[in-house]
Amino acid sequence: MLCQNCGRNEATTHIKRVINGATSESHLCAECAGNLGYGDMFSGFGLGFGELLGSFFGESPASPSAISVETARCKRCGNSWHDIVREGKPGCAECYRTFFDRLQPSLQRIHGKIKHNGKISSGSFVEAQAVKTPEQEKNEKRAALEAEMKKAVEEQNFEQAAVLRDKIKELDK
Amino acid sequence: MNKWYIEKGTEGDVVLSTRIRFARNLDDYPFPSKLDKKGKSEICALVRDALTGDGDSGFGYIDMNTLTPSQAVSLAERHLISPEFTTEREGRALLLTEDESVSIMVCEEDHIRLQVMKSGLSLNEAFDIADKIDNVLDSKLCYAFDERIGYLTQCPTNLGTAMRASVMLHLPALTATGKISGIASTVSKLGLTIRGAYGEGSSARGCIYQMSNRITLGITEQAALDNLSAITLQIAAQERAAQSLLLRNPAEEDKVFRAAGILKNARLLSGDEFMELISLVRMGTARGVFDFPLEKINELIVNMQPATINAAHGKNLEPSERDAIRAKGVREVLEIRC
Ligand SMILES: [Zn+2]
Ligand SMILES: [Zn+2]
Repeated sequence: MLCQNCGRNEATTHIKRVINGATSESHLCAECAGNLGYGDMFSGFGLGFGELLGSFFGESPASPSAISVETARCKRCGNSWHDIVREGKPGCAECYRTFFDRLQPSLQRIHGKIKHNGKISSGSFVEAQAVKTPEQEKNEKRAALEAEMKKAVEEQNFEQAAVLRDKIKELDK
Repeated sequence: MNKWYIEKGTEGDVVLSTRIRFARNLDDYPFPSKLDKKGKSEICALVRDALTGDGDSGFGYIDMNTLTPSQAVSLAERHLISPEFTTEREGRALLLTEDESVSIMVCEEDHIRLQVMKSGLSLNEAFDIADKIDNVLDSKLCYAFDERIGYLTQCPTNLGTAMRASVMLHLPALTATGKISGIASTVSKLGLTIRGAYGEGSSARGCIYQMSNRITLGITEQAALDNLSAITLQIAAQERAAQSLLLRNPAEEDKVFRAAGILKNARLLSGDEFMELISLVRMGTARGVFDFPLEKINELIVNMQPATINAAHGKNLEPSERDAIRAKGVREVLEIRC
C-alpha cells in the first residue's frame, strides 16, 4: 500500500485514531509520518542510557531516583523492584508501567531499541486516546484556530480573521 | 477431517510447515506464574467464552487436567503445545480446531499463546488467520498493551509484537556436508534463530530444524515475516542444490536406498533409527528417487513419535512394544507405495 499523504513511498506506519468515539485510519510512509508528527508517537524516551547491568534485570547502581523506586510497589500484583529482580521476571503487565524507567536499560540491552512498531491492541489504544486532559484539548483547539487565523490574515481575509480571533478569546475565558 | 500436516505445501520438499505464534495477556490479572488455580480457571473461562460464546467457532475446549500424560505429551510431539505445558496441567486449557491447525494454550507462560500452523511455506496465510482470531479476542478481552513496548508479555524478550514466526525445515544435505553451522551463524546475524525441531539439545533428529524470528520490538510483523520468508527461500535453494549434488555420489545414493530397504523390512525400529532413516528416504523422495507422496512421510514423522504411539494405543507401552508397532506402521505406509 502506498502512503496516503505523498502517494509515492510504501506506507509503513498505520495510524489509528479515536477521537470522540469516531475512528479514523491512515497509512503513511516513515517520512510523512515523521513530518506529520506521528513519528514521535511512541518515542520521547531517550535511548542511550548508559547503565550496564549484569543479568536480565540485574541490580543497577543506585541512582537519585532509585530511593523512591525501592519503596514503590506495583499496584496490581504488589511486586517491588526487588521482587522483580529476585524472580527475574515481572509479576504482571502493570509492573512494566510501574517500573518502566528501571526496566528500560535492560529492555534496551535485549532489544536494541525500545519502540513498538507492530500491531496495536484496539482496546488499549482507545483507552490511551481517551485520557486527554481538558487542558490538552483546549490547547489543541487553540493551536488549530490560531493557524486558521494566520492563514486568513495571509490571504487578507480580515473579516474571517476577526471571527477566529473572537473564538480564541472565547476559548481562553 | 484431514489434519493440517497431511497436505503438502509450497516449497514442501524442504519446508515441512509454517507456524505463527502470538503471546497475549489480560491486563486485569497477574501473569500465570503468580496466579492460583482459581485465577487461572477464571482466565480459561474468559478466553473460552470470548472465542466460543457466539456459537460454532470451530474450536474444541480441552481442560488439560482431564488428559492422560501420554495424551498430553502426544500434543507436544505434534507441536500443538509446548513440552512445558504437559508437566503442570492444573488450571490450564487448550482450545483446538478439528484439523489441529489452530491451537490456543491458556495459562502457559502467558495467559494466551495462540498458534497457527500451515503446511509448507505459508507465512502470510498463517499470519492472517492468527491476526483474525487475535482481533476477535482483542475485541472481547482487555489485552495488556503499552504503546512504547507493545504487547506486555511475562518474558521481556517477547515484548513488542510478541510474535514468533517459524518454519520447520528438512535439511539433510546441508547437515551431511557440514554447512549447517555456517548457516546458523549467518541467520543469527540476520535476526533469526535455527535449532533442532525434535528433542532437546543442539542435535537435530532427522535433520529437521526450526527457524524463527528473534526480534520482536521495533519491527513490524510484516517485516519479520518478509525477512524469515526471504531467508527460508535461500536456504531451500541451497538445500536442493546440495541434495542433487550429494545424490550423484554413489555411496550417498546407496545410503538412501538402504534406508528405504530397512524401513520396508524392519520388525523393530527405535525412535532414533526411524528418524535417521526416514530423513534419508525423505531426501530421496524430495529429489524424485522414489515416486512417493512426501506428505505421507511427513505424516509418518508425526505419528511415529513415542507418546503419539502410546496415545493412539491408549496406554503406556514398553519401548520394545513401541518399536514393533513403529516398524509395522512404517511398513504399512511404505511397502504398498514405495
Ligand atoms: Zn509519504
Ligand atoms: Zn505487577
